Amino acid sequence: MDLTHSEEDEAFRRALKAWLRKHMPKRSTYVDGGDDFSYDDPRRVAAARAWQRTLYKAGYVAIGWPKEFGGQGASIVRQTILNEELILNRAPSLIGAMGLQMVGPTLIRHGTPEQQKEHLPKILTADEIWCQGYSEPGSGSDLASLKTRAVIDGDVFVVNGQKVWTSAAHLADWMFCLVRTDVDAPKHKGISYVLIDMKTPGIEVRPLKQMTGESGFNEVFFNDVRVPRTNLVGKLNEGWQVANSTLHFERNMLASTTRTQQLMNDLVALAQRRTRNGAKATRDPVIRQRMADVLIRTEAMKYHALKQLSDEIHGRPPGIGASINKLVTTELNHDICAVALEVLGNYGQLRRNAPHVEDKGAWPKDHMFTLGLIIGGGTSQIQKNIISERGLGLPKGA
Amino acid sequence: MTADQQLLADSAREFLAAESSPTTVRRISEDEHAFSPELFRKIVEQGWTGLLVPEQYGGLGLEMLDAAVLLTELGRSLTPAPILSSAVLATSLLCSAGSAAQRKQWLPKLASGEVIATVAWLEEGDRLDPGGILLKPRRARGGLRLSGSKLFVMDAEIAHLFVVAVRTGTGAGEAGVSLLLVPRDTPGITVTALPSIDVTRRVYEVKFDDVTVPPTALLGGEGKGWKHLARLLDVACVAIAAESQGGAERALHMAVEYAKVREQFGRVIGSFQAVKHIAAECFSEIEPSRSLVWYAAWAQHGSPRDASRAASMAKARLSDVYSRTTDRSVQIHGGIGFTWEHDIHFWFKRARCNEAAFGDPAFHRERVAQLSGW
Repeated sequence: MDLTHSEEDEAFRRALKAWLRKHMPKRSTYVDGGDDFSYDDPRRVAAARAWQRTLYKAGYVAIGWPKEFGGQGASIVRQTILNEELILNRAPSLIGAMGLQMVGPTLIRHGTPEQQKEHLPKILTADEIWCQGYSEPGSGSDLASLKTRAVIDGDVFVVNGQKVWTSAAHLADWMFCLVRTDVDAPKHKGISYVLIDMKTPGIEVRPLKQMTGESGFNEVFFNDVRVPRTNLVGKLNEGWQVANSTLHFERNMLASTTRTQQLMNDLVALAQRRTRNGAKATRDPVIRQRMADVLIRTEAMKYHALKQLSDEIHGRPPGIGASINKLVTTELNHDICAVALEVLGNYGQLRRNAPHVEDKGAWPKDHMFTLGLIIGGGTSQIQKNIISERGLGLPKGA
Repeated sequence: MTADQQLLADSAREFLAAESSPTTVRRISEDEHAFSPELFRKIVEQGWTGLLVPEQYGGLGLEMLDAAVLLTELGRSLTPAPILSSAVLATSLLCSAGSAAQRKQWLPKLASGEVIATVAWLEEGDRLDPGGILLKPRRARGGLRLSGSKLFVMDAEIAHLFVVAVRTGTGAGEAGVSLLLVPRDTPGITVTALPSIDVTRRVYEVKFDDVTVPPTALLGGEGKGWKHLARLLDVACVAIAAESQGGAERALHMAVEYAKVREQFGRVIGSFQAVKHIAAECFSEIEPSRSLVWYAAWAQHGSPRDASRAASMAKARLSDVYSRTTDRSVQIHGGIGFTWEHDIHFWFKRARCNEAAFGDPAFHRERVAQLSGW
């Protein structure tokens, strides 16, 4: 687990910190804890695109991508430093995260040169915002049962069907989408991965209001949507493998241990300034126990992430680490929020604009939002299936 | 882990698989003192009794991270041998508190296995703070005279040397705590077994009835014992956490292998989600906890300012994880897991004893809270 950073890496961190101090947007231009996709105000969308562009021009976006695709081929250590500093300095999250972390790496690996040339530069600058068309009303955990059909008609696919829980579809310029191209093949073998321009006629996006009260995800309906065949990524009917090659990116994206550390720091700050039963909340023995418990679990994930990093650097296979990270971190985030709500007592119900609210209502909102992340990206139960089958070698169930 | 540590882990696992199989562990645990001189001799040949002893005294001069690697393997195999008690805890105290003469007298013999030592700390109050040390020697001709008793002393019956925590000053604070080196054969000592659920590791009551030791028996100077005991607590936490890591890995492995062959309703029970999810939850706790143990072990030398906090974190977490894992591993075994005949209960019991030893999870979470400045 030797991860002593080189002097160059530390210089990179210092330069990044200095840059952030100078260039971070004012907090009023983005929403606190803005790791959701609601962006209810168009001015926020514009500000978020501008932020990603500024960050990219400064050399702080997708630095791990190969140079020929606009990245810097940076080491994993350096990518981790970047991620840590952005989160710990509370930089606004990137509006183009889905493009940067999911479709970008997929196109680098499986895309045609034309697809790479058309999309990768715009993904980097947030000129293209992407959404993920995976889940359907009848296909949640059983994603491979998806039914949205794509029928070949000359040079195009004609797409009909419906996607759901599509984060950011209401803002997105493009969607990477799984569609069924062979209804007779076994379910995993009749799926293709296609890129769909969200301005294509026949697409209807209906925002869904989440339990947080925000509208970050959507239903997307496809009615005879004509998609050029050149938008197929990978081979026809091999979309499941293409999608799987980036699913672990999503799981790791949802499982940022730095985000967990930030939540933990916020919890400590909250408990140190709040009172409970007439004394400082941190003096309450039960609160101390619960805080120490989530702190210990947070620290374990921090060192575990370093170990995984070290494994990657030394070329050891990552195994099922992404599934464990997703399972553990999303549940831990939810537990940290639950401790905060315990500290807050009745104040824990207050929403953003309420008088007497703490942390602008972030805790009850994050408590709900983190529950959403336990469900999204493969539920905890699906991760446990993966862990027990691929990690422990237990047989598949019926 | 460095390549050397990986080598130590691999060779220890290989050695223990051959020399300390569950059958052997069961046989040794049926011995009155759960001790096999034959196995101990082989362990000495591996150099493990000298792991923490400096090279000038005939040891390997390694650090806590190496000890943690070894203890993980000993916890995995549940080997009944005085490594934790003697080679880690008592040896650490002698290294940190011993005078040149004391180190010269005892460390080579500890390394060679000629002497087994153990720490006698706890009393009836079962407290790890200075106030729990009440055993108070009287000044007498020829030195200090000791009457009273110590509880939960590991491996006392096979030990040749006790490191005894006593109160030489007034009050109940840190200032009056001293350590005494008391050979087992000093007149007036009786050792009584405290039959425990864990038959693979024995604990005893050590009674002192007008036991007289010379002034040279003081270890670390009069009234200066507490800082060494406080440091020992960190070492013990890391050691037990490492053992618990190995034990939890082994218990889950046994449960998973059983779930792959045991059939009910016409299929192996490991294909049922009710079983798979329990196993996956254990695995998801065990994997990240390993990094916590390694970090805590490394911090003992590599980051002394964070050493206590890291040790308490590892102890609290591994206690929870080991107990929960063994609960669930017995559960996955079903009825056979509840029998004496099956081996899984040995790990279940070690988990319970490890959970309580050197501070339970609540004790260490509170310590983490204090050391975090809350």
